[in-house]
Amino acid sequence: MDVNPHTDSQDYQLDEPLAPKRTRREEFWRLFKQNRLAIAGLVFFIVFFVVAIIGLALTRGKDPVLDPAMVRLQEKLRPPLAKPNFEMLQPNEVPTLGIYVFGTDDLGRDVFARMLQGSWVSLTVGFVAVGIAIIIGIFLGGIAGYYGQRHIRINQLIAAGFLTAGVVLLITDLIWAGAVFLLCGLACILLSFLTKKSARSRTKPAWTRLWYFNTISIDTLVMRFVDIMLCFPSFLLILTVVALLPASIYNIMIVIGLTSWMGTTRFVRAEFLSLREQDFVAAAKALGLSNFRIIFRHMMPNAVAPVLVSATIGIATAILTEAGLSFLGFGVPPPHATWGNILSDGKRFIFDAPWLTFVPGIAILLVVLSFNLFGEGLRDVMNPKLRERN
Amino acid sequence: MLSFIGRSIVQKIITLFFVSIVSFLIIHLAPGEPSQVDPMNPKFTPEMVERFREAFHLDEPLYAQYLYFYRDLFSGKTISWKDNLPVLKKIWERFLNSLPLFIVGTILTWTISFPVGIRSALFRGGFYDRSSTFFAYLLISIPGFFFAYILIIFVVNQFQVPVIGMETFGIGDTAWLTMAMDRIWHLLLPSLLGATGGIAVLSRYVRSQMLEVEGQDYVRTAKAKGLPPDQVHYKHALRNALLPFVTMFGLILPGLIGGSVIIESIFAWPGMGRMAYEAILARDYPVILTINFVAAVLVLVGTFISDLLYLVVDPRIRM
Repeated sequence: MDVNPHTDSQDYQLDEPLAPKRTRREEFWRLFKQNRLAIAGLVFFIVFFVVAIIGLALTRGKDPVLDPAMVRLQEKLRPPLAKPNFEMLQPNEVPTLGIYVFGTDDLGRDVFARMLQGSWVSLTVGFVAVGIAIIIGIFLGGIAGYYGQRHIRINQLIAAGFLTAGVVLLITDLIWAGAVFLLCGLACILLSFLTKKSARSRTKPAWTRLWYFNTISIDTLVMRFVDIMLCFPSFLLILTVVALLPASIYNIMIVIGLTSWMGTTRFVRAEFLSLREQDFVAAAKALGLSNFRIIFRHMMPNAVAPVLVSATIGIATAILTEAGLSFLGFGVPPPHATWGNILSDGKRFIFDAPWLTFVPGIAILLVVLSFNLFGEGLRDVMNPKLRERN
Repeated sequence: MLSFIGRSIVQKIITLFFVSIVSFLIIHLAPGEPSQVDPMNPKFTPEMVERFREAFHLDEPLYAQYLYFYRDLFSGKTISWKDNLPVLKKIWERFLNSLPLFIVGTILTWTISFPVGIRSALFRGGFYDRSSTFFAYLLISIPGFFFAYILIIFVVNQFQVPVIGMETFGIGDTAWLTMAMDRIWHLLLPSLLGATGGIAVLSRYVRSQMLEVEGQDYVRTAKAKGLPPDQVHYKHALRNALLPFVTMFGLILPGLIGGSVIIESIFAWPGMGRMAYEAILARDYPVILTINFVAAVLVLVGTFISDLLYLVVDPRIRM
């Protein structure tokens, strides 16, 4: 433990506030360093990040440095580290590195270049899908935790009902009926505003009381929605939606994101429910801060730890899901390589060309493992209850 | 207790109703048509497409289609669009195929993860604990399809047994014992693969539960009384650590239907997951929706059972 010079010298003043010797970040890093597996995960994660970005730079564009789509039929199924047959190849077909680092596949394409191209897909799918899930999760969880006790009134329910019916009718090509429903919804909202003003001044007539009748609370609504989403078998749901939508990498990201926010919502809600009762929130309210500021500036930084952990592990899951989808033949359209479809193409040659299975398989394994180890390390550091007492 | 049961049943039925609406909307609002009524499908003339559309109620508004579908489902008359077979019968046949996988997988999960988890909790920080932790992460992180191929290569090269399918093709009538061994070999790999994730997660969970209980005062008291360590660990600590796992019996129920699409398609196992995959590819809406509905029912029944078990097991919750 390093000794602070102020504590043992005479010029130490009592009225100076006693700050902790280490900042929160230093303390965090000190604890994190003890977990060797987590450090390994972090290092590998950074390596993967750099490789994915370099891979994107090397394999994109019209004339990439390493061409993942170059077909050389005379060079098919060469083992890793094989030298190309220079006399058989046209000058523009010779691989840039002069060697097939990971061998070639059944069309003679360079597996190394394809792996580089696929790493960017895995990286973006992981981050974008989890980003979507986190945003939805924080939003819904925050609402449920902070505003949970408020109730939804009949007028809001009617307006929302009209608006959704209108949108659904518009989607199903009934433009006129849809427009009428939308107008009804807008009229309801307008009416609510008007009656609110008049209701404040005078005694309310009976129908306004019904109009403002409380139904279910917001918390119940959000949590029942979470329950509904949890009823779907997640991989089947993702598979269904991805199969029905046109094949594209963005659809996969969005679908994985839209089907994996439930855990985050529950965490954030639980954190908010306990944070809301604490003194610093009461103080912030007493200072007259806006709800928005209280939620995002004061409560969110305190609730972020479990979210961060579940996000890291969520990235690992998203990468696995994407690989599984590519393996089944969904997702990114064929000429573009992903780790899943390299493996899926290679499975027919599993005994003749095992590198086509092992290279992408080990790559996925290492990346997912690094995210899981890093996430678990974060969880251990951020949750003082799990720390070893010694 | 009775009011809890009643309330929770009503709640679950409402949830189920919304699940049915959401899944119906997802399927029907997605772009594209089922292959039977796709105007681009060269096998059918426009008149046939028109006839199919009428037979499937596809020319009616969405809410009418919804009512038709669930009326048929509850009266057991839903038929698959692909081959006109009754959906419930199809699902039942596939379910019987998936059942052995599920049972063997569950037995493997629960019998392996408990000893591993308990042992690594008792020797916390030791070599065994650290290596089992690392293996648990490895098993969680390994893609199922990759692991499947590693195991296939290993088993086929080492033991020279075929593993794809439910039984060796054309095995016909050989000796009873050969046939049984054949079935077991074919069953072993897919159920082991289905269990890997469960083993990894459950053994970690057992470990953390066990650690929590071992830190309690009554365990320290038991040790201080001079009881033999086995009695402290297995009688005082383990019994209390088991509490959350009793409730998990309910939560394994959904695994019956989810199965594993990937594992079943690698091993050409004609189970539920495969059927769902084929139905999705053919856009066989009745099959997809029925599987979804049954899955939702199983999830809800599973949570209900686990709530009930909690009430039975933990007297602190009971009012």
